[in-house]
Amino acid sequence: MSLDLKSSWEFSPAPESTSHVKIKKKYDLFIGGKWVKPKSGTYFKTINPATEEVLAEVAEAGEEDVDLAIKAARKAYTQVWSKLSGKERGKYIFRIARLIQERAREFAVIETLDGGKPIREARDIDIPLAAAHFFYYAGWADKLEYAFPNKKPKSLGVAVQITPWNFPMLMVAWKIAPALAAGNTVVLKPAETTPLTALKLAELIQDAGLPDGVVNIVTGYGKTGAMMVEHPDADKVAFTGSTGVGKIIMKAIAGTHKKSTMELGGKAANIIFEDAPIDQAVEGVVNGIFFNQGHVCCAGSRLFIQESVYEKVMRKLKDRMENLVVGDPLDKNTDVGAINSQKQLKVIEGYIKAGLDEGCEMYQPEHATLPKKGYWCKPTLFTNVAQSSKIAKEEIFGPVLAIQTFRTVDEVIAKANNTPYGLSAGVWSDKGSKVFNLTSKMKAGVVWANTYNKFDPTSPFGGYKESGHGREGGVQGLEPYLKFE
Amino acid sequence: MSRIEVLKTYKIYIGGKFPRTESGRYYQPTVNGKPLGNICQSSRKDFRNAVVAARSAQGAWSARSAYNKSQILYRIAEVLEGRKSQFIDELIQQGSTKNQAQKEVESSIDHLIYYAGWCDKYIQIFSAVNPVASSHFNFSVPEPTGVVAVLAPEETGLIGLVSQIAPIIAGGNTCVVLASESKPLSAVTFSEVLATSDVPGGVVNILTGNREELLPFFSTHMDVNAILYCGNNQQELKTIQENAITNLKRVVNKNVKDWIKEENETPYSILDFQETKTTWHPIEHIAGAGSGY
Repeated sequence: MSLDLKSSWEFSPAPESTSHVKIKKKYDLFIGGKWVKPKSGTYFKTINPATEEVLAEVAEAGEEDVDLAIKAARKAYTQVWSKLSGKERGKYIFRIARLIQERAREFAVIETLDGGKPIREARDIDIPLAAAHFFYYAGWADKLEYAFPNKKPKSLGVAVQITPWNFPMLMVAWKIAPALAAGNTVVLKPAETTPLTALKLAELIQDAGLPDGVVNIVTGYGKTGAMMVEHPDADKVAFTGSTGVGKIIMKAIAGTHKKSTMELGGKAANIIFEDAPIDQAVEGVVNGIFFNQGHVCCAGSRLFIQESVYEKVMRKLKDRMENLVVGDPLDKNTDVGAINSQKQLKVIEGYIKAGLDEGCEMYQPEHATLPKKGYWCKPTLFTNVAQSSKIAKEEIFGPVLAIQTFRTVDEVIAKANNTPYGLSAGVWSDKGSKVFNLTSKMKAGVVWANTYNKFDPTSPFGGYKESGHGREGGVQGLEPYLKFE
Repeated sequence: MSRIEVLKTYKIYIGGKFPRTESGRYYQPTVNGKPLGNICQSSRKDFRNAVVAARSAQGAWSARSAYNKSQILYRIAEVLEGRKSQFIDELIQQGSTKNQAQKEVESSIDHLIYYAGWCDKYIQIFSAVNPVASSHFNFSVPEPTGVVAVLAPEETGLIGLVSQIAPIIAGGNTCVVLASESKPLSAVTFSEVLATSDVPGGVVNILTGNREELLPFFSTHMDVNAILYCGNNQQELKTIQENAITNLKRVVNKNVKDWIKEENETPYSILDFQETKTTWHPIEHIAGAGSGY
């Protein structure tokens, strides 16, 4: 450690206001353009993971509710949406994009309240990117034949979509926008710990005047998701979540006509060469693993440092970690917010214990203090990690970095690709030929060179191998929602 | 005294070599009651050896220049054209009429020429430079999925096989193919064409044998990245889809009525066995704010 961290590094609190945010006490299901009480009769609570306070009660959709939602989507598809021209469909989607932009601050605050992510990220990344995603795909609706020459693209019908809790609103946008642009109708289930922005989107969809039933939002746990996936009248299943659950879904739809997109887990390698711009690389490593508390499928969770710069990188990385502000997600100074749920916190703590048990060496910033209530995990790194260590093999989905070293280019390529996952990778070097060698050798769907964790609606995202199949974003993101003659 | 004809021993094709099956087993497909020969009934071990060969060949094959791959596919077509009459004879032996046999061989040659021409073009068609909002250069390119297991169509001896292998290897993949069980002769002879066409050993591996027996191994092997199933047996397809989940193989089903038709030729058959890779790199703006990283 080289910096004097005993002197005061405190920022004055800068909390974002919640006064303009409207959250209802209780949310029903959004089916056929209306809010309907669940036939199941049950509701569950969604809480703020930073305070453990209940934010709202949310309906739990049962078999009958899911069936109603899919019927509503089917009816909207056959009677309205499939008859609309691409141009008119696009105009509706443009409206949604604009309405999100108009209410961006409200969505950002709710995202932070419900999910625990720093307001800076919700405000600057999640919500603007969600709006941008709708805006991008809106323009595709009347141009599909240019995307697939000689193929005569046609919509599939009813898409069921299941989204995760790490980027709740952004993932909803990734799902709904291309589905609608391609001419499908949608039944979407947001994750049970973060349903609020999807439900707010339902309100906004009403405001947009979208025809009833084109988008239906049902809430619930994995059980509800299973009912959606298994429903015989679904034509398409889009899922973002763990590889384990993805495999269960693939099994459920084997032998059916259902098309699928799977955005699953990852265990990305982030590689620093001795000729890298070290300061930027350290910033990229921090962004790679501590962005959104490490609840990121493409997180740079395995760091590979070339031996000649190991000491230097470690010193700078530890210094940087000491300066990370962990705490109140609503505070604009916060870098690392709350862990999304108690359940996930237990998972992360389990991995930290496994790292210690296997003889890996742990480091956490001494400076960071954690709030008493809520779910928190200090930014954590491990050294003395082996390829075979559990924390280097399995996806942790938390702010835990496993660090290894390497000497040669061939060695690091072999180590980086030695995983069943293949979602993303990072490479840091100021030598262009080396960068291109590495980016072409990484078996991963997204490779960031001298940057990390960047997203854009025009940029396809998705994995190789067990990280899933299909792409979201870009022209490639349309294909999973179309069939061809 | 008339001359005694030399009969051919039909072998399988693994890693550029022509072994008989390690299992020693054989079967005798018949046409009009007449056996075609003692065909290798390949085993699980043969398949695993073939996957090892395909995996070891994959990196170098995909690293060949597009121009070179294109020339090699063209060379396959040349050599096949030169041995046209042998293939026509074998197809007739397997039950085709002369007319059908000729059409099938010619279509196979033409399919090879078609995909030879795509080798250095499909990447241009399916790539994109993406106009991201931030200061980054961002591009997406297709890359080979890796090792592909192929269950070739049962109803044809040559065209089904050739028209499916061509787009797979044009895209930089390597493959292990199970030939038609009832019409295996032309597949085995096609291996000899591959072996003399500058196709590196292991890029294409061809087995003969029992589809039902080998299907579980083809679909569960952990070092196979994708599986192509040619056929319309829904139960078989479901089994393959379920088995493929072990390592999330990509499953492609081709259910074609007439394999000879020119309309089957499409660059989207190459795209079936490609993964999109997207690469980001910052663009520095000296005059503007920010370092560019």
